[in-house]
Amino acid sequence: MGSSPLLYAVTGALIFGIGLLASLRDEALLARIIAINISGVGVFLMLVSFAYRGFELAPDPIPHALVLTGIVVAVAASGLALALEKRLAELPKSKTHKEDSP
Amino acid sequence: MMIWSVIDILICALVVALAMAALYAPALRQRVMFFIAFGLVVAITWARLHAPDLALAEAIIGAGLTGAMLLMSLDHTSDMPREPASYGLRIGSAAMGGVLILGLMMIVSSLYPIHDGAPTLAVSQRQVESGVSHPVTAVLLNFRAWDTLLELAVLLSAALGILNLGPARRSCGHAASLTDGLARVLVPLLILSAGYLLWKGAFAPGGAFQAGAVLASAAVVIHLTGWEKLPRVGLRSLRLLLLVGPTLFVAVGLLPLLNGQAFLQYPVELAGLLILLIESAAMVSIAGMLTLVYLGGHPHANWPIELVNPKEPM
Repeated sequence: MGSSPLLYAVTGALIFGIGLLASLRDEALLARIIAINISGVGVFLMLVSFAYRGFELAPDPIPHALVLTGIVVAVAASGLALALEKRLAELPKSKTHKEDSP
Repeated sequence: MMIWSVIDILICALVVALAMAALYAPALRQRVMFFIAFGLVVAITWARLHAPDLALAEAIIGAGLTGAMLLMSLDHTSDMPREPASYGLRIGSAAMGGVLILGLMMIVSSLYPIHDGAPTLAVSQRQVESGVSHPVTAVLLNFRAWDTLLELAVLLSAALGILNLGPARRSCGHAASLTDGLARVLVPLLILSAGYLLWKGAFAPGGAFQAGAVLASAAVVIHLTGWEKLPRVGLRSLRLLLLVGPTLFVAVGLLPLLNGQAFLQYPVELAGLLILLIESAAMVSIAGMLTLVYLGGHPHANWPIELVNPKEPM
């Protein structure tokens, strides 16, 4: 059972990278929140594959606890970000949000 | 073993493909849908990597609550077609991203094979002292209880921030007739499963976070039916709901100081009971906080008193 956790770890690195790249694009805030969440899942994927010990052995519980904390913190941060975004959308369109008009 | 390699490759390919779709689909609505699907496949990945606690949490929180939240936010978000960045900038950022990804992959591969370190061995040796037999719960609420306490603090500050940002998102009324019958079946079942997950967490996958998230999803279902059959939550009881978990956690953590022991160092013979106590209170608070996170604002309709955009009837 040598290679399968490595495959997941490498996938995690890839997901982290593409999520990070996408979160830096100039797009709707909602899309960037999705991108940050996906890049977070990449980090979780790396941590959990480091915890994996094969079919017969129990995995390392410490990364699992860290990732569980991470999932909850991620949803809290996304919720706050979305609430801020909603507040931004409610504000009267002012100089801060109109960029496409010359 | 051959079949498992095929399954691993399939899961990884699916994760990458859904992530790409969630990041690059043309419309925001499509991206949200792909993100929810991505969350569900990631939950399967956690199950494959022997992390059932995470599979539960990802399915409820990562795919479920975050997905519901994103779907609710779609209403006031436009697709915002912006001018694409210049060609050179895109090439440059893609190249830098590629270097980053490749470097990270090489670092990750160099870590294998992985051996158990001292903390892991310590957890497995001192499992009996923790008061619970499930190792993840032991780490979360005993060996690394500080992390969990501060995690509750993070959730609390997010909930407080959201409370101050205006009224909650309104539920889509047109779904009420459809979801009303569903809610009558789902809500009791969800409350029952929350209690089950909480109790089960001592010796099997589950615990306060999954149970709290299930309770919050019951609140999501009620919100979809339009709140009407629910009694109003007063400000005082809302504060109590949010604070009972963190307060009890700190109080139980402070008790060992009287015996001259460290903060959060529970007595071995009482640990199981204290953990169940903390988890029950934490579940209630987590449910309240996650519900606020989903609502994206204060549950009282006319909050703050004076709205910036007064033409919206509240």
